[in-house]
Amino acid sequence: MPIEKITMPKLGESVTEGTISNWLVAVGDVVNKYDPLAEVMTDKVNAEIPSSFSGKIKELIAEEGQTLDVGEVICTIEVEGDKSQEEQSQEEKTVKKEADVSIQADTSQKTRYSPAVLRLSQEAGIDLALLKGTGAGGRITRKDVQKAISDGVPQVKEEEKAPVNVAVTPPKETVVHSSIQTKAGDKELPITGVRKAIASNMVKSKHEIPHAWTMVEVDVTKLVQYRNKVKDSFKKEEGYNLTFFAFFVKAVARALKEFPEINSTWAGDKIIQKKDINISIAVATEGALFVPVIKNADEKSIKGIAREITELANKARTGKLTIDEMQDGTFTVNNTGSFGSIQSMGIINHPQAAILQVESIVKRPVIKENMIAISDMVNLCMSLDHRVLDGLVCGRFLQRIKEILETTSEETTPIY
Amino acid sequence: MPVISYIDAVTQAIREEMEKDDKVFILGEDVGVKGGVFKATTGLYEQFGAERVIDAPLAESAIAGVGIGAAMYGLKPIAEMQFADFIMPAVNQIVSEAAKVRYRSNNDWTCPIVIRAPYGGGIHGALYHSQSVEAMFANTPGLKIVMPSTPYDVKGLLKAAIQDPDPVLFFEHKRAYRLIKGFVPDEDYVLPIGKADIKREGEDITVITYGLCVHFALQAAEKLAEDGISAHVLDLRTVYPLDKEAIMEAASKTGKVLLITEDNKEGSVISEVAAIIAENCLFDLDAPIMRLAGEDVPAMPYAPTMEKFFLITPEKVETEMRKLAEF
Repeated sequence: MPIEKITMPKLGESVTEGTISNWLVAVGDVVNKYDPLAEVMTDKVNAEIPSSFSGKIKELIAEEGQTLDVGEVICTIEVEGDKSQEEQSQEEKTVKKEADVSIQADTSQKTRYSPAVLRLSQEAGIDLALLKGTGAGGRITRKDVQKAISDGVPQVKEEEKAPVNVAVTPPKETVVHSSIQTKAGDKELPITGVRKAIASNMVKSKHEIPHAWTMVEVDVTKLVQYRNKVKDSFKKEEGYNLTFFAFFVKAVARALKEFPEINSTWAGDKIIQKKDINISIAVATEGALFVPVIKNADEKSIKGIAREITELANKARTGKLTIDEMQDGTFTVNNTGSFGSIQSMGIINHPQAAILQVESIVKRPVIKENMIAISDMVNLCMSLDHRVLDGLVCGRFLQRIKEILETTSEETTPIY
Repeated sequence: MPVISYIDAVTQAIREEMEKDDKVFILGEDVGVKGGVFKATTGLYEQFGAERVIDAPLAESAIAGVGIGAAMYGLKPIAEMQFADFIMPAVNQIVSEAAKVRYRSNNDWTCPIVIRAPYGGGIHGALYHSQSVEAMFANTPGLKIVMPSTPYDVKGLLKAAIQDPDPVLFFEHKRAYRLIKGFVPDEDYVLPIGKADIKREGEDITVITYGLCVHFALQAAEKLAEDGISAHVLDLRTVYPLDKEAIMEAASKTGKVLLITEDNKEGSVISEVAAIIAENCLFDLDAPIMRLAGEDVPAMPYAPTMEKFFLITPEKVETEMRKLAEF
């Protein structure tokens, strides 16, 4: 009977490896197609690997705790029938092969310039990066340059241009520091998938993005009164909490709509302004940090946002977040106030352009109309990618958020 | 303008020069009564008699040596080596005497000899009847080596060789003798020794070769043209000394060069062509210089499959030309 292979699936765009946390089947078990075979932990998410076939488990190749690259075989299954899928597809492939070869665009020689090409392009002042090579492996031939000289350099579409700076070497796993030694009594903690992902994302962000930082203080006395007034009835009616955080997310989403330049990303040779306003929110669990996304936050009511925050936070704490719920964020709002922080410098959630930290709301004496008053004050701290954004636009953006929040009251801002 | 074969062009050139100049005479094995093993001298014995068409003994050093002596005394001998493979016993005469006498005597003596020899494979001749020997002579200043590809070039260049005041090795491709035909004008003409000839104008790739391979390249060029690839073909015609200007011009024209010889690859005539291009045309090159040549095995194999493996064929030429075009 043919043997089929189950491989480590690709559980997200940037996911390159996964760790088998535990096997749900044993050798000899009979499984149906789509039955879960194992639990796998990746950088982004914990998931189950479903069986692609019905049959009997022949061999468990990966061990629990073992980390495998995407595509590596984790186990084999004996299936009914006379040919494995692989054998069949290989037969089909050999038929298709010849056709495929010519279709695949090989560009390995794109930047290998012959002396003639270099000389001609320099004499004529032609940027070779703009030319399309017609030679083997996409090589730019002398004729290509001659054509460009006589016909002019083709205008390459923006998207087709190779990004120049994007290819910053992604920070590899931190080098093992042999000088750091464990002393008696010290505890060694293994780096889990999520911890590793956090580490690598933070290094990447700090390494690539020139961070700038700014802060405004906001008087949210009215907002606090408003929220305190409706929170109990809301809880009773909806079954979940109406947090301050929902108001902040809503205010940010509104301001982002007015300042699309903040809702953008650095792409090496260009800046991409995102149309959708998807707010990433940081959710801390014991030992890990997840950043689920409230999609199209500008289109949602405060209630809708409050509900999504509750759901996403619960899922994060129980490890049930899906890849889809963690993707496509365009701006991050971080509720650092929940730890009692009053000031913090966030690291931008790469590849977004900025992150906003909502600090603790504290009662403070403030001067109002030449009198000392007690106000509910909150600091909003923003880290920005200085390649994309400058102080002026960020200042205006924060001022707008401040304005929205300071005027938030029962009269101006409906919950529903 | 009649169409004649490559070998007829040889005979015509010799006959016309012998008719014009009494000093011209032939010596070689079986060149007289038999008219040559390939019939290159057919009818000449009858026309000019035994004194001007001399059947020599089987001694190539003597054929060359007698010819050189006669030439130094003012005659214009055409010595024939029955096969280029047999020239080896005469190498000392040719290299040490004929090639050097003008230099050694400070122009007092010259040696206006032509040594003809059929060379090349493709006639199932195996090791003693297939060799290309030009590279052995191609670093001997004082010699000229002519290797024409068409009847027109044969006639014009052989006449030039006979009239030349210095020794000329004239190698004729034996497979081309009756395979290659072409127009040859009736009127008397000579072609300059030392000048290459553009056999086809092209824009995409340059093929530089000589002898029978010129025809392979031209055939392949026709096929490539159907696919929109335009090949430039330069026929060296004289392989020593080389026409450097023509080589540089042809190489620079397209920047992609394929050099072809049916001789063994290493140290062949095209190796020198490659060196000339490398020295002079670096900034015009768009591809590495390619060489298509016989394998570096000691001799032309006799087994047909092996002979085919060794020989340059039109298919091999086409394949390499396409590779270069795609680069």
